[in-house]
Amino acid sequence: MSTESSRHVAMDNLKIRLQKNAALFTVIVVFLAFYAFYNANHPRGFSTAVYIQNANEVFALAMVAMAQTIPVLMGGLDLSVGAIMTLVNCLASHLLNGSPSQIALGMLLCVLAGTACGFLNGCVVVYGRIQPIIATLATGAIFMGIALFLRPTPGGDVDGDLAWALTNDLYEIAATYGFAENGEAAWFTAISWIPVPLVLLVAAAVLVWLPFARSVTGRSVYAIGSAEGAAYMSGLSIDRAKIAAFTLGGFFAGLGGLYLTLQTSSGNADIPQAGAYTLNSIAAVVIGGTSLLGGVGSAIGSIFGALVLRTISFNFRIFEIDPLLQPLFEGVVLLAAVSLGALAVVRVKNTLDLFR
Amino acid sequence: MNNPDEQRSPAPHLSLQGITKRYGGVTALDSVDFACHTGSIHAVLGENGAGKSTLIKIMSGVVTPDEGTLRLAGSERQFRGPADANAAGIVCIFQELSLIPDLSVADNICISNPPRRLGLIDNREQIRRAERVLARIQCEDVNPRSRVRDLPLSRRQMVEIAKALSRHPSVLILDEATSALTAADVDNVLALLRKLRDEGLAILTISHRMHEIEAVADMCSVFRNGQHIETFREGDRSPQSIVQMMIGREISAHFPDKRHHVSSEKALEVDALNWEDRLKDIKLDVGKGEIVGLGGLDGQGQKELLLGLFGVLRKLRGTVRIDGREVRIRTPLDAKQAGINMALIPEDRKTEGLLLPMSIEDNLALASLQNLSRGLFVDKLALSAAIDSGISRMQIKAGSPQDAVSTLSGGNQQKVVIAKWLMTKPKLVLLNDPTRGIDVGTKQEIYRLLRQLAEDGVSILIYTTDYEELIGCCDRVAVMYDGRIVRELQGDDINEHNIIASSLNMDEQLA
Repeated sequence: MSTESSRHVAMDNLKIRLQKNAALFTVIVVFLAFYAFYNANHPRGFSTAVYIQNANEVFALAMVAMAQTIPVLMGGLDLSVGAIMTLVNCLASHLLNGSPSQIALGMLLCVLAGTACGFLNGCVVVYGRIQPIIATLATGAIFMGIALFLRPTPGGDVDGDLAWALTNDLYEIAATYGFAENGEAAWFTAISWIPVPLVLLVAAAVLVWLPFARSVTGRSVYAIGSAEGAAYMSGLSIDRAKIAAFTLGGFFAGLGGLYLTLQTSSGNADIPQAGAYTLNSIAAVVIGGTSLLGGVGSAIGSIFGALVLRTISFNFRIFEIDPLLQPLFEGVVLLAAVSLGALAVVRVKNTLDLFR
Repeated sequence: MNNPDEQRSPAPHLSLQGITKRYGGVTALDSVDFACHTGSIHAVLGENGAGKSTLIKIMSGVVTPDEGTLRLAGSERQFRGPADANAAGIVCIFQELSLIPDLSVADNICISNPPRRLGLIDNREQIRRAERVLARIQCEDVNPRSRVRDLPLSRRQMVEIAKALSRHPSVLILDEATSALTAADVDNVLALLRKLRDEGLAILTISHRMHEIEAVADMCSVFRNGQHIETFREGDRSPQSIVQMMIGREISAHFPDKRHHVSSEKALEVDALNWEDRLKDIKLDVGKGEIVGLGGLDGQGQKELLLGLFGVLRKLRGTVRIDGREVRIRTPLDAKQAGINMALIPEDRKTEGLLLPMSIEDNLALASLQNLSRGLFVDKLALSAAIDSGISRMQIKAGSPQDAVSTLSGGNQQKVVIAKWLMTKPKLVLLNDPTRGIDVGTKQEIYRLLRQLAEDGVSILIYTTDYEELIGCCDRVAVMYDGRIVRELQGDDINEHNIIASSLNMDEQLA
């Protein structure tokens, strides 16, 4: 009897877990399918060179998508993530050179700049009592203005070793900076093929996102997105959580901008590019299963959302399909993702539940 | 003022002195003195607008008083917000639920101070804690991992109570906390309150259910028009005199006289109605000018029946006849069309009944805009005439029709919902627990209104959790159990014994 009921509870718990993560599982499966298809059709598919190139192309968007996730979880939108990325990109194109300590300080300043932009967003939203979407539309324009001031025309001076080491596989880091016997150590060969941006992506997710999601502030962000009034009445500190959410968003967007600088070895205050990153970040968040209403989703899903978006363009490249069709296809995938999320609506038997 | 508190030896645990709170020109509390003691269950009674809500909002740190002082365990305190009051040991279970729908039960129970390991929330410990506190209120059937959104209202209310308990309060305030519960849960909660009192908590409860107050309260305080009228030991005053204090005027009878003969014409006939596993072969009719009540324990399909009739449920099977003509109602829009003329007063006035930030007149106009428009545009003159008559017919107490509905008291908000639907000139009115959380005075106005409507030939189908209403108000009562109508009662058969017996589906055993 008791084993019967404990098995029942275990089944119940498994069901709840599956329900909670259904969207995440779906986007992971979609990404794996798209990516396997791409590699299978690529002449040098399943090779380190392809992984490195793809990881490089994904990283900045994945960061910006993570940045976007946090305000979206809170029920808002951050229209300034692309601009913060661009601002940091332009700043980094001035700072990432000189002695190793100067470079290290420069990287720190870049990340701090992105974080400060996010903090400013949070303060405007909380103390200005302005809706996030309009607050960040305005601050985004300001950030673009500063970016243009820093880098009126594309260019910059970026340390070559650093750019090379961080945009290749682990072997090249070891070879460049001379550890693990310049990457030749026997223990190192097993992992030396892993692309650096992939390591950085996993690190950002595991060391920053997961702890945040399990912190009281992270929980408050989910709570605000789900029911702000109830969160307030539960004695959560709403203002602090909101500022933290935007600040962490700025941090991730700054990381994206920093990486973009290494990848392109230059800074470019490209307004259309900033806009495209912002819009794609929203698409990645939605494909990743985060509800635009707030309260449901995760930045892990958004990473996979970004991967799905980028994998679509990879596939376009190898099949030599007219690139003009790419936005159309991406739009179809986005629509499919949103529709999948809306499938639950079809099952609703009490139409009043649709509005809850 | 006769205040036995002063004769009691221990100093009060929580006391208010000279508290005044004004909202704009309205004085919600007028230099109120109030005290409650540990080891005591203290009931606060009063009509809507009497100041009860403001009183507990001040105690729980949601609003700050304009004047006066609050003392907790002897020292003066000023709370900057609910978190502050919680930290001081004052925890309030509000009428509007304070749960986060997308978080799990365990997340919600532990939300204000989750167990942490290395600074991060410890999920396992959190679930253990939730299981412990749920077991304490005999809610082992709630899985702490479930999303709150997926739980029925009565379970959510129990989770709310569990959440309050997990904070180890010294003062526990319940604002209509039992109004959404099933009868079995009410008994659990009342037993728990007694236990907590014996453990030394100060418990403050606001309830409109007199029998619950009689069952648990040690002290009662009556408020009226923002003033503390009297505090007395429970049992020292008769229910009749308590009601008298609350409304401050003589009331002849609780319920208006019933009609003696009902026309044989049927306004609504329902046959073999089925939906999911919640409605099973429902057969029911409502005569012209008849008030039919739906009884039974909460959650036996009564709400689904009303929603189904109003076109809210999908894949409803069975036949529905209006005035003898078979109709298919797929949406609420269908339900209010000419020929059907149905109105539904929903369960939750805050989300389904009203647009809280909009004005009283906009809310009133909402359901009847179609009838009041000429071509594309709304006929302003006809609209304002209709609004004025709605306000005066329902005696809605409001400064101006342009005020936001959210500024009204609960009873007046409910009047706005009813007035809104009466403006559509319905022939069949469905009501889903319309008096929940409403003061005695407004309740009686609603009873009189229902009877008046019935006499004008309107048919009424009402679901209520209050047996007294079924007995006092209804010409006929259909008792539901597990999605079926198990018994119909008429005339003198409508009594508490029959209703309760049928609610528990004990008719066979008793027969």
